[in-house]
Amino acid sequence: MATVEGLLSQSKVVIFTMATCSRSTQGVPYLAVDLDQRGDGQEIQRGLQRLAQQRDVPFVFVDGRLIGGLEKIQQAHRDRTLDKLLSMGQETYDYDLVVIGGEPGGLAVAKEAAAYGKRVLVLDPVAPAPAGTTWGLGGSRGHVTCASRKLMQQAALLGQAVRDSGKFGWEREERVSHNWSDMTETLKRRLGSLRESRDLRDDRVSYLNTSGELVGPHTVKVTDTKGKETCHSAAAFVIATGGRPRYPGIPGDREYCVTGEDLLQLPRCPGRTLVVGGSGAGLECAGFLCDLGLEVTVMVRSVLLPGLDRKMAQKIENHMFVHGVSFLHRFAPTKVEQVQEGGSARLRVTAVSADGTETYEGEFDTVLLAIGRDACTHNIGLDCVGVRYNLKSGKIPVDEEDRTNVRHVFALGEAQEGRWGLRPAAVQAGRLLARRLYAGHSTKCDYTNVPVTVFTPMEYAACGLSEESANHKYGEDNIEVYHSYYWPLEWTLPARDKNSCYAKVICHIPDSERVVGVHVMGPNAGEVIQGFAVAVRCGLTKDQLDATIGIHPVCAEVLTTLTVTQRSSDALAVRGNC
Amino acid sequence: MAAFCKGRYRCKRQLFQQILTRGLTGKYDYDLVVIGGGSGGLACSKEAAQFGKKVAVLDYVDPTPKGTKWGLGGTCVNVGCIPKKLMHQSALLGAAVKDARKYGWNIPDPITHDWPTMAEAVQNHVRSLNWGHRVQLQDKKVKYFNLKGSLVDEHTIRGVSKAGKETLLTAANIVIATGGRPKYPVNIPGAVEHCITSDDIFWLRESPGKTLVVGASYVGLECAGFLTGIGLDTTIMVRSIALRGFDQQMANLVTDYMESYGTKFAWKCVPKKVEKLSSGALQVTWEDIGSRREEQDTFDTVLWAVGRAPETKMLNLEKVGVALNKESGKVIVAADEATSVPHIYAIGDIGEGRPELTPTAIKAGKLLARRLFSASRELMNYDSVPTTVFTPLEYGCVGLSEEEAEKRHGKDGIEVYHAFYKPLEFTVAERDASQCYIKVVCLREGDQRILGLHFTGPNAGEVTQGFALGFRCGATYLHLLDTVGIHPTCAEEVTKLHINKRSGLDATVTGC
Repeated sequence: MATVEGLLSQSKVVIFTMATCSRSTQGVPYLAVDLDQRGDGQEIQRGLQRLAQQRDVPFVFVDGRLIGGLEKIQQAHRDRTLDKLLSMGQETYDYDLVVIGGEPGGLAVAKEAAAYGKRVLVLDPVAPAPAGTTWGLGGSRGHVTCASRKLMQQAALLGQAVRDSGKFGWEREERVSHNWSDMTETLKRRLGSLRESRDLRDDRVSYLNTSGELVGPHTVKVTDTKGKETCHSAAAFVIATGGRPRYPGIPGDREYCVTGEDLLQLPRCPGRTLVVGGSGAGLECAGFLCDLGLEVTVMVRSVLLPGLDRKMAQKIENHMFVHGVSFLHRFAPTKVEQVQEGGSARLRVTAVSADGTETYEGEFDTVLLAIGRDACTHNIGLDCVGVRYNLKSGKIPVDEEDRTNVRHVFALGEAQEGRWGLRPAAVQAGRLLARRLYAGHSTKCDYTNVPVTVFTPMEYAACGLSEESANHKYGEDNIEVYHSYYWPLEWTLPARDKNSCYAKVICHIPDSERVVGVHVMGPNAGEVIQGFAVAVRCGLTKDQLDATIGIHPVCAEVLTTLTVTQRSSDALAVRGNC
Repeated sequence: MAAFCKGRYRCKRQLFQQILTRGLTGKYDYDLVVIGGGSGGLACSKEAAQFGKKVAVLDYVDPTPKGTKWGLGGTCVNVGCIPKKLMHQSALLGAAVKDARKYGWNIPDPITHDWPTMAEAVQNHVRSLNWGHRVQLQDKKVKYFNLKGSLVDEHTIRGVSKAGKETLLTAANIVIATGGRPKYPVNIPGAVEHCITSDDIFWLRESPGKTLVVGASYVGLECAGFLTGIGLDTTIMVRSIALRGFDQQMANLVTDYMESYGTKFAWKCVPKKVEKLSSGALQVTWEDIGSRREEQDTFDTVLWAVGRAPETKMLNLEKVGVALNKESGKVIVAADEATSVPHIYAIGDIGEGRPELTPTAIKAGKLLARRLFSASRELMNYDSVPTTVFTPLEYGCVGLSEEEAEKRHGKDGIEVYHAFYKPLEFTVAERDASQCYIKVVCLREGDQRILGLHFTGPNAGEVTQGFALGFRCGATYLHLLDTVGIHPTCAEEVTKLHINKRSGLDATVTGC
């Protein structure tokens, strides 16, 4: 039956028929299912026969409702009710749009749709994370996560600022220490007061603080806190349930480990910490803890910062390594157990190398999991309407219009497979989706040029393609990479990290050196890249980049004075080796 | 030539011979001589040397009335951008140390600022840059003379050393890049004897103590800002408005922030005289323009920031026929930096109507060298130069001010989008963000092309740079909206602007 429902949701009009039968449709798009061409045709036919109480094909469905067979249609055609039947839909649903999940993308599409006069319902449940962290209401959780990433980085940077200040004439006693609970107290208080900015909420949208489950192609079942169930129908659905940190499914992971989301909730200093996974969140936490003076090890199974530029990831690793973070490559944990050691509990982690030949055992005070995030799409009835999704991660494959394989179901934000799921991108995508659905626009969200920032102590920001994907897309010969190290003026007095800040611009040579990727590693990289993201949207070329006058003396200036190509410096390096 | 003959006879023979040989062979000592070793001059000379040309740079620093002098590199390196940004950073770090406590760092009291430590570190860095410039010139085979240059004729330069020894150089092309120096006021007794300018402040060995800054140019505001930031009692005296030429709404935000930050402002006041008391303190007498009352106070240091004047007087320019603007004293230049005399060019602050900014001088210098010595015809584009004022709350902008846009396109021809915002890191530190503001001035018609972008807040320079580029690519308001923001940054707010001034809606922070 799930198969039939899946088929029904793919088109407004679905006709179950035989390949041998002729058909005419009066210009209405339809999906014809040829029962004699399918392996499960007979089974479907039997089911339909029982449902329709009729023996012969065709079985005609409009909007998932059975109309009947040939006779009914001919009858309707004679009564001139066929047109009405076909135009049925909009007014028969309770809502034009139901958004499942309160992620910012979902709120944005809801708000925009409401602005076009559509009836919109947002279902926004909050289920606590295994370690018990809950963040206020709804979509604010994502907001808080972003904010806490930035504030953790700020705490680390201020530690650095205190160390630098001596060189700039500030005199104080040498002993400076960090108090974990003082910090978390303030940060929690601040984060608690943060709310999803009001501008994503709208009076014209109905909100329900409950979970929703799809039970039919156009029906969602809502269960409120008292367990009462109600059903709502809608013409279209948007899945914006967001994501949760992934657990590796090994003994002890949920009992003893924490995730980035829980880190600031820890009542005591995390102490010696193992970070499992090389995701952005993992490296951010590792860098932060290391800068607070803790001993940090990062265990990575495959690569650091998957999906981002490899060379930049390598530079970030180098920088973190120099600053005291240890890396354990090609290992994955298999077991986490609690051991008592002189009255204090520690966690013993057992890990196996990727090739299975080596084992590692280490003891830590805290084990932080950062192996990626899963979409919260498991109990919202996706199977019921035939939406395809990744069973492991819960993420839903979507096309460039954010549409799932089911025509009237869309997914935004972290629910999408293969995209970053960044908050601002989801908001943008949500707005554009509503405009495509309800205002006849055709603009799609440009996911390629979404700027990304990793808030490691050495911040990294990028916009556009990585070097690998540029090479892959345009061919290595058609790509010119301009790059340069730079030394922020502020770092000269403390004589800090001379060759670690780095900028790289990737150009597509045949297209008048159009800039297809900008990468910056250094202080305030995020602030730097934002404006460049606008320029990339405007079709920035290397010529224009060179013609732009720098602001002196700031870091961003370096991007306007890039002259050295990677090709030439690689060649130089080779010659140097001779 | 006639002018010359009236002058120093002892050079006459030597010069005559040179001119003679030149006339016969068509050769000069150098392909290019640059007078002035600042940002523009150095960039131009190095670029020219890249093309295999014979190049010389003359640089000489006249000591200030206080006796301060410095090395190669010009204003930016020695008494401008570099030391200013470093001292600004020192002030920011002072604030950061206070913030750090909120983030759990235990820093024992007391925390005090020691001027000599900072000044020495800054000065050492500047000296290392001086040295770096020397080395670069050597590497690029540019001849450096520590001589004070002036023109003899359109192909001859006289260099005078500190000891008074003269050298004559001939060149096929001459570039004047002597820049400018801070002005002292006229008719204020004691101004030159007792007071300093921005040429001295970075080279003081001891803390300037209680300071009066006269003038609210960006130089004045920046100096007063970092002095306040490192804990000194600082007052700014302003005759009319702050940051003339900049968007005035933004200027007000900058000064409002400074006032709440602790800088005192004496608005609508003009200084009358400065006297040195026997205690060593400086007694300043000024007049309040409104009440016409005279007031007095004592300061340890008085710093003039009343504008800059071009260094053209000693160059003998008019004798050679290089046309100057009578009022400003600056050299009149064409789009290709040419002066009224063939083969003589002027770049940087000394050119009439040129922005007084390092990156423009560098770029103009490089482009000029390319035009002179390679096939390039590319001209410098002086439009929409981005700039940043490093006041305690930084202010970055590119393009037109709201006033200027209104003047050019009419009030109905422009749409102004604006928003106040709160930087995330301010929330925990409980810092006041009421002056963090973004304004984008657009044409009202069509896609709403951006005419000007203004930003006050932390890291304004870093934020503005990329938008300056977007500006160059013809960015419109729609482009801004179409760009995905980076969360959570301050720059992100620019892409989220949705309230225009005409609507009269509240642009203050909603949410957090």
